[in-house]
Amino acid sequence: MRVKVALFATCLTDTFFPETARAVVRLLERLDCSVEFPLDQTCCGQMHFNTGYREHSKPLARKYTEVFGSYDYVVAPSGSCAGMVREVHPTLGEAPPRTFELAEFLVDVLGVTDVGAWFPHRVTYHPTCHSLRMLGVGDKPLALLRAVKALDLVELPDSTQCCGFGGTFAIKNAETSTAMLADKMRCVLDTGAEVLSAGDNSCLMHIGGGLSRLRTGVRPVHLAEILASTEEDPWLATR
Amino acid sequence: MARNPVTWLGSPTFPKAAREALQDTQLRQNLRRATGTIRGRREAAVAEMTDWEMLRVAGEQIKDDVLARLDTLLVQLEESVTARGGVVHWARDAEEANRIVLGLCRDEGADEVVKVKSMATAEIGLNEALEAGGVHAVETDLAELIVQLGDDRPSHILVPAIHRNRSEIREIFQRRMGIEVSDEPADLAEAARVYLREKFLTTKVAISGANFAVADTGSIVVLESEGNGRMCLTLPDTLITVMGIEKLVPSWQDLEVFLQLLPRSSTAERMNPYTSVWTGVTPGDGPQRFHLVLIDNGRTSTLEDSVGRQALRCIRCSACLNVCPVYERTGGKSYGSVYPGPIGAILTPQLVGDMRDPQAASLPYASSLCGACFEVCPVRIDIPSVLTHLRAEAVEAKGRTAESIAMAAAAWMFREASRYEKAQKAGSLARFLARDGKITSLPWPGSKWTSSRDVPAPPAESFRTWWRKNRG
Repeated sequence: MRVKVALFATCLTDTFFPETARAVVRLLERLDCSVEFPLDQTCCGQMHFNTGYREHSKPLARKYTEVFGSYDYVVAPSGSCAGMVREVHPTLGEAPPRTFELAEFLVDVLGVTDVGAWFPHRVTYHPTCHSLRMLGVGDKPLALLRAVKALDLVELPDSTQCCGFGGTFAIKNAETSTAMLADKMRCVLDTGAEVLSAGDNSCLMHIGGGLSRLRTGVRPVHLAEILASTEEDPWLATR
Repeated sequence: MARNPVTWLGSPTFPKAAREALQDTQLRQNLRRATGTIRGRREAAVAEMTDWEMLRVAGEQIKDDVLARLDTLLVQLEESVTARGGVVHWARDAEEANRIVLGLCRDEGADEVVKVKSMATAEIGLNEALEAGGVHAVETDLAELIVQLGDDRPSHILVPAIHRNRSEIREIFQRRMGIEVSDEPADLAEAARVYLREKFLTTKVAISGANFAVADTGSIVVLESEGNGRMCLTLPDTLITVMGIEKLVPSWQDLEVFLQLLPRSSTAERMNPYTSVWTGVTPGDGPQRFHLVLIDNGRTSTLEDSVGRQALRCIRCSACLNVCPVYERTGGKSYGSVYPGPIGAILTPQLVGDMRDPQAASLPYASSLCGACFEVCPVRIDIPSVLTHLRAEAVEAKGRTAESIAMAAAAWMFREASRYEKAQKAGSLARFLARDGKITSLPWPGSKWTSSRDVPAPPAESFRTWWRKNRG
């Protein structure tokens, strides 16, 4: 039976990383899901809530419930946005629809770890704090990556340490954020990987922004894009 | 009301203090080594316990019960202590507590006192107040002694000199003790032992804090690792204990939970090396006069906040400091308080009680909300949730700012998909600022991002535009 899924692209991915959202669509459809993208969606309100603008986040949480309320499954390519919906929206008076981070949806709901992907690159994976500690996604992303053909997965040292993004923390405490980023980049470079993957484009934008500034030659690629890549239709660097 | 000395006078806001601290390469090295080591050891010590999660829940519940019944339990404690020959004093704030302790020292005719390591006395600035009143306080905890002799400030709850390495400690000892000593840990410890032994044997008054106070028996409990605390608690004639009102446990049996949680969380030890317990005064054994000074100093107002009050569960183990990626890089002094790290970021502003204070208001933002602190907290304080709760208070206290106007505009934009799409299209024009697919410099406040990170060029087409064209 085809599983009907609503894609919550998240404002960041919709705006800056459309290739990730397209990859989610391709991947889920390959796994026999029917994917819908309600065009009324905008933002989960995480930036406002986490920066102290709780009141501003309330109408956005309300809107999320209205837009996605009729779906059995909502999937987001972001651990922190899914975490915001699941853990915080209830404290704002909402009863949100069942919302999953991509890796947990694949493993827990669809029950697959081998999604038929092919990705001939050396990859290391940063687990992202909210996936790890808010949602408890654990090693599901790694299980998915291990099943990808031709992929050379290298373990990231000190992987559970925060990369230093933290939303507006990256601006408000830019120097501390950068110090954390420096250590994360050191760990990434130590692996010799050519691709750094994660389940969240926000963390990837931060680490990737540092890797790019230093011209390290390591490319950030969202987990969805790796899992969507096949021998017939391989991932291509779009930028 | 006098300012609360829980924050140090003249401390800059966190981002400013952190920026400076990050420049200190020795500090960075010392902290990385120290926190890295203790993190690994704590993890191993906790992994041995099959019932750790149940212990955490028990710790949380006992402390929540105490906070809910604090009024009656405190009266019960006072009765128990008094019945066993102790004298209980109540202090509303730091100033009152310092006045009481100084008065007690004067009653004893003491011009010098020995001290057991204590956060409560550091919080109220007792040493400085005593000094101003002509009473010199000698810290006897090795790390506190290093801080005191170095005319320094503490940077960690449990290991206040964590920012110092052994060669720095050697330098401080040589300069202040007038001795020649190597930088071998054993030699440094021996130098401190010789220095302190004389103090223990000649000083008549000791001052301590308390880890726990048992309401139904009136027993006070202090945990330490060196035995120096035990010296202070047994040798002098008079013992003055300063304790925050939240340090209670209802009964003796409740200690079993905390005596398991605390050592493994703080020093990664299975059992605490020196656990001292005393109940009032025992004739002919130990101090013959015992005073218990109970301090509020912002705790009652913290208790009023239904979200923020969980900070009062804290048993000062420091596990959250040791796992915090922010603390590891900035060190404790950047927090401008005796309570640094994640717990400090939620406890300090609440004890200060005024979010119009820019330094206090900057503390809840000193976190990336990574959640490592909550994961290790032995009494399950949900630090990230309290941080965002306090951020909301800080925003409210600040009123209208450039940030609040920008946030209001962003929220307005996100409330309607049509407005969001228009903004998206306008923002997409920024791609013409890009070279090689990236933007390397943005105007303020974006410059705070681009100072160390490139921004990917926005794509010509958002996902929703693609969807509409291909699937809509």
